[in-house]
Amino acid sequence: MSTQARTQARTREPAVRPRGPRPTRGYRVFQVVNAVVLTGVVVVTLYPFFTIVARSLSDNAYIVAGEVNLVPRGFNLTAYRVVTSDPTFWVSYRNTVFYTVVATLISVVLTTCYAYVLSKRHLRGRTALVGIAVFTMFFTGGLIPNYVLVTSLGLKNTVWAIALPNAINVFNLLVMKAFFESLPVELEEAAAVDGLNTYGTLLRIVLPLSKAMVATMVLFYAVSFWNSWFAAFLYMDRQELLPVTVYLRNLMAGATDATQTGGGLGSAGDVVQSAATIQSVTIVLTILPILAVYPFIQRYFVSGIMLGAVKG
Amino acid sequence: MASPIPRGRRTPWRRALRRDWQLYSLAVLPLLFFLTFRYLPMLGNAIAFRRFQPGGSLFGEYWTGLRYFRLFFTDPTFWSVFTNTLVLGALTLVFCFPLPIVLALLLNEVRNRALKRFVQSVSYLPHFLSIVIVAAMVLQLLSVDGTVNQMVSAVGGEPVPFMQQAGWFRTIYVSSEVWQTVGWGTILYLAALTTVDGDLYEAARIDGANRWRQTWHVTLPGIRPTMVTLLILNIGTFMAVGFEKILLLYNPLTYPTADVISTYLYRVGIVSGNLSYAAAIGLFESVIGLTLVLSANAISRRTVGTSLW
Repeated sequence: MSTQARTQARTREPAVRPRGPRPTRGYRVFQVVNAVVLTGVVVVTLYPFFTIVARSLSDNAYIVAGEVNLVPRGFNLTAYRVVTSDPTFWVSYRNTVFYTVVATLISVVLTTCYAYVLSKRHLRGRTALVGIAVFTMFFTGGLIPNYVLVTSLGLKNTVWAIALPNAINVFNLLVMKAFFESLPVELEEAAAVDGLNTYGTLLRIVLPLSKAMVATMVLFYAVSFWNSWFAAFLYMDRQELLPVTVYLRNLMAGATDATQTGGGLGSAGDVVQSAATIQSVTIVLTILPILAVYPFIQRYFVSGIMLGAVKG
Repeated sequence: MASPIPRGRRTPWRRALRRDWQLYSLAVLPLLFFLTFRYLPMLGNAIAFRRFQPGGSLFGEYWTGLRYFRLFFTDPTFWSVFTNTLVLGALTLVFCFPLPIVLALLLNEVRNRALKRFVQSVSYLPHFLSIVIVAAMVLQLLSVDGTVNQMVSAVGGEPVPFMQQAGWFRTIYVSSEVWQTVGWGTILYLAALTTVDGDLYEAARIDGANRWRQTWHVTLPGIRPTMVTLLILNIGTFMAVGFEKILLLYNPLTYPTADVISTYLYRVGIVSGNLSYAAAIGLFESVIGLTLVLSANAISRRTVGTSLW
């Protein structure tokens, strides 16, 4: 009975280990120190967010005077009004949504197909197919050949320049492959007996069982495309095509109309000059969607990563 | 059984194709992706040995041999960015590799589950931000009127223009890297920690080990495979130190410490249009990176018995 209870307790919460009857004094001191350290970690992680929010709500004059820390000074929403009334900001926001949707769709479809193929242990040439993917984790063509390729394919100033070169993330691929391998083989064999071909099995049997996995993949890709900036920075030279990340980058570099300081070529001085409130507001508005969904998506990421770790 | 698969014997290609053509067909588009966007650029590195002209062939016009390599070996800027790459790579490794382990061990000692969950959730958060946002926040926090300078003033110092001083760049870069990655890095270690056998702790306790010794002799060996795997992966990215972040954070004033191989080749190649020269630098960088991973993997397989493949 007691043995059974202990086994149960261990499977439910393996992190709590039966380590001894009485904690020593040293251990209790450690617990206190530990709590302090971890509180420090939380404070250090969150501090920048609160400062940026405070700055976004403050009067620029107080910021320049170095008087805004965690509490807004000269509270006003002017900067929010300036940023949200700038059509370029909304165009770039819409671009980000569009690029994210298109790129994520392509990525998830390609990753699912390849992961499914790789998960079939009996497949002739499977090792080679895995190798082709894994090798690219360690050796890449590099920036310049990629740039030449994308440019000569004529992908500049199109969504394809963002979506295609990064369509499959090998880490995600391996996570998904591990998941497919963990599905019971018997189900697919039964489907084959009932006359479903490979496509049918994938669509009607495997995918419905993999909803959680596919959702996780959608999240992984969507967040990375939402956050990406470099491809757009490299391959898009028209203002109305830029995603919000590049918009923010240009703002930082002082190369956007939204800053009252006017143009500049992104050198050292301009960074300091462009109005601090405007920058802070843009940062806040760009983070907001991530923060809004963060509590809901976070645990999917964690379980996805763990799956990759245990099986990969 | 629908299709019993003989183990140990390979199916002939013809049978495999006839039986699994539908599976192979699913692999066509992904393979096309890998060939076009991963392997073609590898071949495209040929332009490092050939003269490339904008608008010309992907692989360049005519052979120039090792001209571009000789060029950068005699280029003083190259050696300064090479040094910066090594220094930043080493600093990143020294801080970003062990800190997640420490944090995971500390989290693992927390008995209050709500607290543990809270600390974890908060520490993952920066991982979900775009590098652009992180860079923008760094610039705001470290600006002359920013939070950090308020603290400097509070203790009686003069405000420091951090982003304009080369001496500060490494500190700033590594701290922001730690801030962004440490929480996320704990995930795998926490997962590994839950798999350590509880009986081992009991045995260690009976042998008279206190909690510190239990950690040293049971916990750490228990997560060693994870540690080694992540170390090898970290070494693999050694040369490719945060290209995007540096590109966003640096400026001509901080070039002396901030400019790394990848940012230099970006300026040489994309900004100045000297694509062949930049490709040569990039190829050199990739080859060093690959060599590092392969040797780290080989060393770890011989010494620790854990390897990536």
